[in-house]
Amino acid sequence: MKKLLALVLVVLMVVPAFAMADNTIRIGVFEPSTGDNGAGGKQEILGIEYANSLAPTVTIGGQEYTVELVIEDNQSLTDKAVSAAQSLVSKDVSVVLGSYGSGVSMAGGDVFAEAGVPAIGVSCTNPNVTLLCDYYWRICFLDPFQGTVMANYAKELGATKAYVLTMLGEDYGVGLGKYFVEAFKALGLEVVEENFTEGTSDFAAYINNAVSNGCDVMFAPCATTYAALIIDQAAAQGISFPILAGDTWENSAILNAAKGKDIKVYCSTFFDENDDAAAAADFVSGFKAWLNADSSKLTNNGGNDIVAAVSALGFDAYNVALAAITAADSADPAAIAAALPGVTYEGVTGAIAFDDVGDAKKDMAYIKFANPETGAFDFVKTQSVAQ
Amino acid sequence: MFDTLLPYLLAGISVGGQYAMIAVGYTLVYGILRLINFAHGDIFTAAGFFMIYLTASLPIGISIPLVILLTVVLGFVVERVAYKPLRSAPRMSIMISAIGVSYLLQNLMWYITGGLAKQYPVLPFLSQTIRLGSAATKLVTIVTPLLTIGLVVALVMLINHTKIGMAMRAVSVDFETSQLMGIKINSVISVTFIIGSAMAAIGSVLYFTNYTAVTPTVGAMPGLKAFVAAVFGGIGSIPGAMIGALIIGICENLIKAAGLTAFSDAFTFALLIVVLLFRPTGLFGEKNTDKV
Repeated sequence: MKKLLALVLVVLMVVPAFAMADNTIRIGVFEPSTGDNGAGGKQEILGIEYANSLAPTVTIGGQEYTVELVIEDNQSLTDKAVSAAQSLVSKDVSVVLGSYGSGVSMAGGDVFAEAGVPAIGVSCTNPNVTLLCDYYWRICFLDPFQGTVMANYAKELGATKAYVLTMLGEDYGVGLGKYFVEAFKALGLEVVEENFTEGTSDFAAYINNAVSNGCDVMFAPCATTYAALIIDQAAAQGISFPILAGDTWENSAILNAAKGKDIKVYCSTFFDENDDAAAAADFVSGFKAWLNADSSKLTNNGGNDIVAAVSALGFDAYNVALAAITAADSADPAAIAAALPGVTYEGVTGAIAFDDVGDAKKDMAYIKFANPETGAFDFVKTQSVAQ
Repeated sequence: MFDTLLPYLLAGISVGGQYAMIAVGYTLVYGILRLINFAHGDIFTAAGFFMIYLTASLPIGISIPLVILLTVVLGFVVERVAYKPLRSAPRMSIMISAIGVSYLLQNLMWYITGGLAKQYPVLPFLSQTIRLGSAATKLVTIVTPLLTIGLVVALVMLINHTKIGMAMRAVSVDFETSQLMGIKINSVISVTFIIGSAMAAIGSVLYFTNYTAVTPTVGAMPGLKAFVAAVFGGIGSIPGAMIGALIIGICENLIKAAGLTAFSDAFTFALLIVVLLFRPTGLFGEKNTDKV
């Protein structure tokens, strides 16, 4: 009886190993779909899924492999990110895409490095994501660049004293805030810095502080949950100066918060849906049709078919991963990691080629204005640091 | 000077009033059951979600009473299902049960809403922006403290001058004796939870009109601070809870005004420790040589 049981167990363990041997390759999707950054994470997943629907297979060693997306929710929390990353590794993914949010990417990076699985950062902009992890690459611009861009733009808007508000302990916001402050001071202008703690809802006092300090612009890179509260309360207190933020604010949550209010909100981002380059235009029309065909996808996109920059980045990240798999001609994570530095790809968000650290060389940001009347983002201008 | 401080004071009184609405629920239940109802903050959050889902299909005038009703039902059901069967169990068990309910509610909301922040509906009257001297704010900021004081006065009258109030006082003094006197303690306790939940529902309408994003964990911080307020004011005392909450709300905003934004929460809890060191029963707590 015992022998029979042992035999059954052995068979049970061997069968899945055979089942896996058929031609599938797994790509891990490491994104938040709940928590503070859930809304943005969902849009990034949509971009990846759309890319997967267009290119569902990849050729390795002359054989056609089906790509299977393995999606894990890191809940926007650094402690949950570690277990989500471990879960991806244990499901034998060949390469990982994500995450939205720098903090969770750094937390997951250690796990991926230990397992030797390469990860491609989609919209995590903190420099340390790639700097501190040899297995992380990234296809978007970085915070030192973004912070400088926004500091320059604030100056163009006529600001002389900035109020910088970030959440304590959030890698993304604190980092971006720091680079903004450095750049803004380098322009010879003044800065007031303050922090709020996780779970804050009452921003009235912070907005009062901005006013009483005589600030004429606010820079508040933070998760959209807080952003909506800040915008709403700033509008209630009749704030007339502009509020600026980074890429996370390019989200329907911001539009909903600003809609119908007398408030000026600007953000920098990676992509503009009215970009008239052929690849980008194709992507936008295809993605919109794909979203509109399925109401649950439309809901995940925030209830409309506005194309978020992170969806475009997700689309590019997936294709970069396929290019790396093709270049490696293998499903082995180590081979893909070896091939990644040499990959170049002409994406919808611009050309992608990696530098020594593993970052894409990108030097263009799109500045957008949350139009309170139309409830959509208006493209303002593209900006690079040189300006 | 006053001009610069006015907006902070307004924000402080308003947020304090909202904490007070929650704190009354803690203090009432504690006064009668000697139980810290950890699920109270989550009932407050649930009221926020009820409002979001109801206003999606109903006009606001009907939604608000329905939200209060649904929240009351939720509070009542929680008491009947999770606390009543443990009436004679050790106090620790019922406390653990309360923590369990809190996590259950949180995870249920997480599951149903998909974990994303939802935008609270705009209540046309309360959301109006008004100007007071140098400060612009929503009308709800002014309404909150007035409504809070009104409700607390009404509640104190209810407890001091009605039959059910007398029963509540009797039960809070001695469980078994009041039972022997013919008081139906189960219905008294249910009434306590109903009043507490109704206050939490009204508090949530005021709170979320000001702070418009609702997430499954949004009630945790206000809940904790309301609990601190209840202890600060002397747990068991209703006016104490209100005054404690107002003090905490105002102090919190003044600390931020002083530029110490990162320490405002730390301050709240430090204040609690200091008060408890000097007045273990809180500001208005009865000097109790209790059997606990």
